[in-house]
Amino acid sequence: MADLSTDCAGIKSPNPFWLASAPPANSGEQVMRAFEYGWGGAVWKTLGQDPAVINTTSRYGAVDIGGMKMAGFNNIELITDRPLEDNLKEIYEVKKRFPKHAVVASLMVPCERKAWHDIVKRCLDTGCDGFELNFGCPHGMSERGMGAAVGQVPEYIKMVTEYVKEKSTIPVLVKLTPNITDVRYAARAAKQGGADGVSLINTINSIMGVDLETMKPKFAVGGKISHGGYCGPAVKPIALNMVSQIATDPETRGLPISGIGGISTWADAVEFMLLGSSSVQLCTAVMHYGFRIVEELNAGLEDWMERQGFEKLEDFIGKTAPSVVDWKTLNLHQKTVASIDHATCIGCDLCFVACNDTAHQCITIEKKNGNRKPIVIEEDCVGCNLCSLVCPVDGCITMAEIKTGHKPLSWEDYTKNGFAGYKEVYKRMHG
Amino acid sequence: MDSATKKIFRENFAEINPALRPEEAVVEANRCLYCYDAPCIKACPTHIDIPRFIKQIASNNLVGSAKTILEANALGHSCARACPVEVLCEGSCVYHDWQEKPISIASLQRRATDHANATGLRPFKPAPDNGHRVAVIGGGPAGLSCASYLRRLGYAVVLFEKHKKVPGGLNTFGIAEYKMDQKVSLDEIKRLFQLGIDVKMGVEVGRDIAPERLLKDFEAVFIGIGLGETHSLGIPGEGLRGVWDALSFIRFVKDRDLGPIGKSDCTVVIGAGNTSIDAVTQSKRTGAKRVVMAYRRSEAEMGAYGFEYALAKSDGAEFLWHASPVRILGKGRVEGIEFARTKAVGGKLKVTGSTFKVACDRVIKAIGQTKHFALAKAFDLKLASDGRISVEPETLRASHPRVFAGGDAINGGKEVVNAAADGKRAAWAIHRALQPGVPAPAGNDYWISTIDGRKVAPIMPKLPSERTKAHG
Repeated sequence: MADLSTDCAGIKSPNPFWLASAPPANSGEQVMRAFEYGWGGAVWKTLGQDPAVINTTSRYGAVDIGGMKMAGFNNIELITDRPLEDNLKEIYEVKKRFPKHAVVASLMVPCERKAWHDIVKRCLDTGCDGFELNFGCPHGMSERGMGAAVGQVPEYIKMVTEYVKEKSTIPVLVKLTPNITDVRYAARAAKQGGADGVSLINTINSIMGVDLETMKPKFAVGGKISHGGYCGPAVKPIALNMVSQIATDPETRGLPISGIGGISTWADAVEFMLLGSSSVQLCTAVMHYGFRIVEELNAGLEDWMERQGFEKLEDFIGKTAPSVVDWKTLNLHQKTVASIDHATCIGCDLCFVACNDTAHQCITIEKKNGNRKPIVIEEDCVGCNLCSLVCPVDGCITMAEIKTGHKPLSWEDYTKNGFAGYKEVYKRMHG
Repeated sequence: MDSATKKIFRENFAEINPALRPEEAVVEANRCLYCYDAPCIKACPTHIDIPRFIKQIASNNLVGSAKTILEANALGHSCARACPVEVLCEGSCVYHDWQEKPISIASLQRRATDHANATGLRPFKPAPDNGHRVAVIGGGPAGLSCASYLRRLGYAVVLFEKHKKVPGGLNTFGIAEYKMDQKVSLDEIKRLFQLGIDVKMGVEVGRDIAPERLLKDFEAVFIGIGLGETHSLGIPGEGLRGVWDALSFIRFVKDRDLGPIGKSDCTVVIGAGNTSIDAVTQSKRTGAKRVVMAYRRSEAEMGAYGFEYALAKSDGAEFLWHASPVRILGKGRVEGIEFARTKAVGGKLKVTGSTFKVACDRVIKAIGQTKHFALAKAFDLKLASDGRISVEPETLRASHPRVFAGGDAINGGKEVVNAAADGKRAAWAIHRALQPGVPAPAGNDYWISTIDGRKVAPIMPKLPSERTKAHG
């Protein structure tokens, strides 16, 4: 049986699935229930200074895409609105009852050394397994100089991380905001400040829409809205990119990562792990379906590992990261062309119109006797994938590799000698 | 209506395809693939842009969706219920090739037009009067469709309907009640009449007004008179009480007036077309204990659609094949019917010597309708050998240069949607005939583009650049 236990920056848990710091991890009762269902860890809803914040009503919003509910989700909820002492007591109780599960205290206080020292010291008494510094929350708290306001300034990230490391005896994760030009700078700053790892992504600045009848923002508070944090399935590719950037950056390579962003299934989680995450955090999917989804997260991961012959998570964590490279090193001589299986083609002709109107005009239909089956003009096909992406039938359009006989050629190699042989290369590539 | 009748209609005439809930409609709409040059559009005689109206439902634009439908098909609200979609749009859906359930196009169409109807949408306006006058004979689907498009083009239209009070023809009186109740047809007509059609109810052309008069008073005439009475069986006993023609029988059901129909222990329906099925199912549903459908040919040769036959079976009807009626028995009223057994000999149907009787108290004839020869002759129109009015397929112009025709009168008896398509085609042809070279007034281009189905990708001129394809 595969071993699902993980060690992310020194924080150990029986499996890599943690509740993200969010409403599902708002109280001891919830976290304990989640652990009973099988969650490996929980990052507590962010703790802050008393008096606790006051939240608005109407806090969450969603976009439904093509009938899929909550394909994207957002919130303007702030950090915990419960008194610090209540949370600390509950963390202590949870840890006592679930000593092997990971309980991580998420923290957010003003950028003052004393404030951070105080909260770290108080939290250490709870027996929690690690800290996550919330430098990511993009709404509300950022207006008060916290959350994303810190995460957007690498110098602040480093400074505050240092404050925490001065007092902490347990691992420290820095949670990063995606609302930044290049996340590698933030990750480097965290590392320089002594962080044991990073967690990402936090939510993305977002407005969920406008009601076309009232012409007020959707999910408004008394007719007005403030930008919220966007998450859910729609953000996963953005998160995967940022995770892979940190996993492959020479300065941060090897820094433990807790992956977050649109994870709904075990397969999503595996993708984050293959790109370098040693634990993953979920929120939107839990808020959609409840804690029980962890049963399939664990079972699906285990089945996949057995199928692949992996015994433990380290066998594959980061395995795919080296395949994420700069564009300039990609092989320009790689050639694939679309291949349409007429036996399964249903004649919707979406591939035809997509290619003809919007891509490279390489699909034709011989419209005789009501024939609707599209044909790829192989010599013109540039292998862009679009037809295979729009095709509703699984496996009907595949991209077949064509052996060209040409040696691999990257843009980097090609331009080294000042575009030598431009015409020949261009002709070879574009026919 | 007495409480027993109410109960019958409540319990046995519930809509066979109930409305989709709004959420259901969006889920179903999102299943549509938005096929390019979609087969469903081609399969629809009125060429409604089905993927477009479905995507409008998916994006919560119900008004836009209803407009897309009603532009191409003036009777789109009725057709959402009356159309045999299994053999038209839904039958052509590419999901069939996937061995999956096709998109529920009819239900989605209904979702849009029900909304339009409930909100009193009046999607189109007549163009300013152009001074030309057209007469439309018949207030059934073909005439209604033609009249409404003519109004949109700016023609003054006078519509002559022989029924004293209720227009709509077979759309109002001929669609099985569990598919569509009369209100749907009447609502549709109300919306069309709002375009400013001058309706003369209770006027039968040829009886109350002479065809020559119409040709004198109007520049063009559209004939949408449908078919005549149900064919006679030509056997003894047809005059007995309890012998019905299917259309009259169905009309009483549509009026929810069961008194004249009376009760029945056993009803025999003669014929095996779609109207026969309507007579069978509605006999059964109005309380006939036993219903037998009799056809002189085999099951395989039956004219009714497969799904209609299945419905009759599920309603508990019995079937007699190779049974040709010889005489209806009874004194004063029907007591039974005698059949001769038939068999096919060398592709021809022969009556055998063997006969048998079926005891019954009601016989419904559903063996097709006659043609209105008299009116066609009065206009001196050329007829096809079977009595249909001959027309040019492109324009639906009859042998008289100012007379056009459509619907059952030219096709011998098809669907509401065929009649609606004919009315649309004829309206545009009448415009071109009366005002050659004059473009249609603003607001008409879209429906005109649907007459022959919308064009697919426009062909663009070749540009001089050596490389026109965006391969870079």
